[in-house]
Amino acid sequence: MCFLHAYLKYAILRHPYSETKEQHSETNMTDLNGRQEAVRNAIASLKDKPGALLPILHSVQDTIGYIPADSIPDIARALNLSRAEVHGVISFYHYFRDTPPGKHTLHVCRAESCQAMGSKQLESHIKNRLGIDYHETTADGKFSLEPVYCLGLCARSPSLQIDDAVYGRVTEERFDAIVNELEASL
Amino acid sequence: MSITVYVPNDSCAVAMGADQVAAAISEQARNRGLEIDIVRNGSRGLYWLEPMIEVATPAGRVAYGPVQKNDVEGLFEADFLNGGAHALHLGLTEEMDYFKRQQRLTFARVGITDPISLDDYIKHDGYRGLKNALAMNSADIVKHVTDSGLRGRGGAAFPTGIKWNTVLNTPADQKYIICNADEGDSGTFSDRMIMEGDPFVLVEGMTIAGLGVGATQGYIYLRVEYPHAEKMLNAAIAAAYEAGYLGDNILGSGHAFHLEVRIGAGAYVCGEETSLMESLEGKRGLVRFKPPLPAISGLFGKPTVVNNVISLASVPIILDKGGDYYRDFGMGRSRGTLPIQLSGNIKRPGLVESAFGLTLRELLYDFGGGSASGRPIRAVQVGGPLGSYMPESQFDTPLDYEAFSAIWAVLGHGGIVAFDDTVNIAEMARYSMEFCAIESCGKCTPCRIGSTRGTEVMDAIIKGDNLNKNIPLLRDLCDTLLNGSLCALGGMTPYPVLSALNHFPEDFGAQDKANAA
Ligand SMILES: Cc1cc2nc3c(=O)[nH]c(=O)nc-3n(C[C@H](O)[C@H](O)[C@H](O)COP(=O)(O)O)c2cc1C
Ligand code: SF4
Ligand code: FES
Ligand code: FES
Repeated sequence: MCFLHAYLKYAILRHPYSETKEQHSETNMTDLNGRQEAVRNAIASLKDKPGALLPILHSVQDTIGYIPADSIPDIARALNLSRAEVHGVISFYHYFRDTPPGKHTLHVCRAESCQAMGSKQLESHIKNRLGIDYHETTADGKFSLEPVYCLGLCARSPSLQIDDAVYGRVTEERFDAIVNELEASL
Repeated sequence: MSITVYVPNDSCAVAMGADQVAAAISEQARNRGLEIDIVRNGSRGLYWLEPMIEVATPAGRVAYGPVQKNDVEGLFEADFLNGGAHALHLGLTEEMDYFKRQQRLTFARVGITDPISLDDYIKHDGYRGLKNALAMNSADIVKHVTDSGLRGRGGAAFPTGIKWNTVLNTPADQKYIICNADEGDSGTFSDRMIMEGDPFVLVEGMTIAGLGVGATQGYIYLRVEYPHAEKMLNAAIAAAYEAGYLGDNILGSGHAFHLEVRIGAGAYVCGEETSLMESLEGKRGLVRFKPPLPAISGLFGKPTVVNNVISLASVPIILDKGGDYYRDFGMGRSRGTLPIQLSGNIKRPGLVESAFGLTLRELLYDFGGGSASGRPIRAVQVGGPLGSYMPESQFDTPLDYEAFSAIWAVLGHGGIVAFDDTVNIAEMARYSMEFCAIESCGKCTPCRIGSTRGTEVMDAIIKGDNLNKNIPLLRDLCDTLLNGSLCALGGMTPYPVLSALNHFPEDFGAQDKANAA
């Protein structure tokens, strides 16, 4: 039963016409093809490494932004693991996500040094400004918000990371300026 | 001859605008037809002055900071390229008190060299340790490390030489060196500074470890939160392969050592060495039962050295100058130097590498300059999220593993986070429980369930509910965690919680007192 259920889900997800209503547009088809290609490439180039699962998952998330459910069977097969094992690994690690992130991902440090410098107030300001809580994405798909437990920038607390860029001594004003600029560029 | 300007590429300097400053400097120089060389160095560790730029002058390197991009034009006007006077002028870097009072052994090159230039590394005494090691047999390499008295800087302070000796004496067809670069402890950043500011020293340390125990493969398990360190490490590794310092035949010696960076995925528990190995093997990071020790059966079941970044980065100088040289620093059974990281509510946060023995007070006030807010420092948490909260009455404790354990505190990875008197320590204790609940690997019940229960009990205590029942309940829970957990995540969460309760009881009944009043 389990196998059948998962397989059907897999087949449905993999079939470009049956995926969902958005699936009519050509861009989405390309997206799906691109996704499958990214997964295939990650598997082909990394599967022979000892302990290949994390490198493969990173590669998939780096290129696609998340780890789509329909990539799990391929990864499992390539590494001779069960799908449950692959799923278990994805869900164990905070960094891996199984849903698409917003255009920009914000990581806000919640740890002690940042708390000593007022990160809790900053945190509520950020949540208010974006209108979302941790692990959520804004309705317009622009921002995802994630907590992080120290960025190693403690000497310039409070700190946050937006995509690859890091910021120290973040004030509410500075945060608004950064976000306004990002919104303007979207 | 063109003048050299140093603009740190350390991610904390970058977080304060160093990239924009570097771009502005190169643009101004171009507009003015001046020839300059910009070197993107590591950070000197005086973070309140970052971005701190330096200019090489005949008298030595002159520093300016904190520099923002809008300051750059003025700096050119003030002839900073010749060390000219300016409001941000700090004088000769080496003469700055914060820097001058340190003893930099492991951090000897950080902030000074171009981190990814192998030539620069070698010019500044790099790879001398490896050359010595190549002329020794394995047992002598390990003996130097044992003689140095080096104890693991990742937290547990286990003697590195003894660990290496076990791996050396365990015969196997394959052995591994793992560098634990998960640096999950909040308030710590020394591993990051080494990897970004002098990655070759870690590569060299791991290579020596490989020769010492007979391992030919190394992995650096790096936290995903450090993408910049990843780039620097990979650049250094590529350069080391290119020049024959890594590979099948290191410097023609016939010895092989290979090195690869692997990226974690945001799990604090994967800094625990057995969880880390599970993760490297591609599994969930569940902590393993010990024994077997990793030194006997570790990664893929093979004998494995797992050491922290700072432990491994301290090995080159030990092999260069000898175990005795290193051992002559320090106090008691804490030998050598400790890179201390000052952060939180502190005026001059940064990296202080010094022999063991400085007191917290010296660090917080002489180096740190007191709180950033100007209010009294009420508490410090030392040793990361599993470290105790310490009150003012303990600030004369010297930095020494034994002195700390004697008062139920831990030095750990050397992070010191300061809090002023606006902190609510009960809230911090609640956070410790919450953190344990979020990060628990789930293998054992006390930690998995206890931490969630602990968060609820702390919520009740903060509300002032039934303190006569809930405080003993909290102590009970901590007792269970202390005695019943498989690893130190559950086993040490009571350190911050109970130290908070014992040293700051007034925060655990504030509501109650207010009600009574
Ligand atoms: C929950 C937990 C997290 C840990 N995180 C780290 C870490 O981030 N970095 C580290 O070097 N050691 C960490 N350790 C300690 C390691 O288990 C291990 O003792 C250390 O890597 C050994 O290296 P050393 O002897 O050089 O210190 C952690 C331990 C626990 C229990
Ligand atoms: S104490 Fe916590 S983190 Fe450690 S093994 Fe037990 S459940 Fe896992
Ligand atoms: S049938 Fe097995 S999960 Fe649905
Ligand atoms: S505690 Fe926030 S960056 Fe370290």
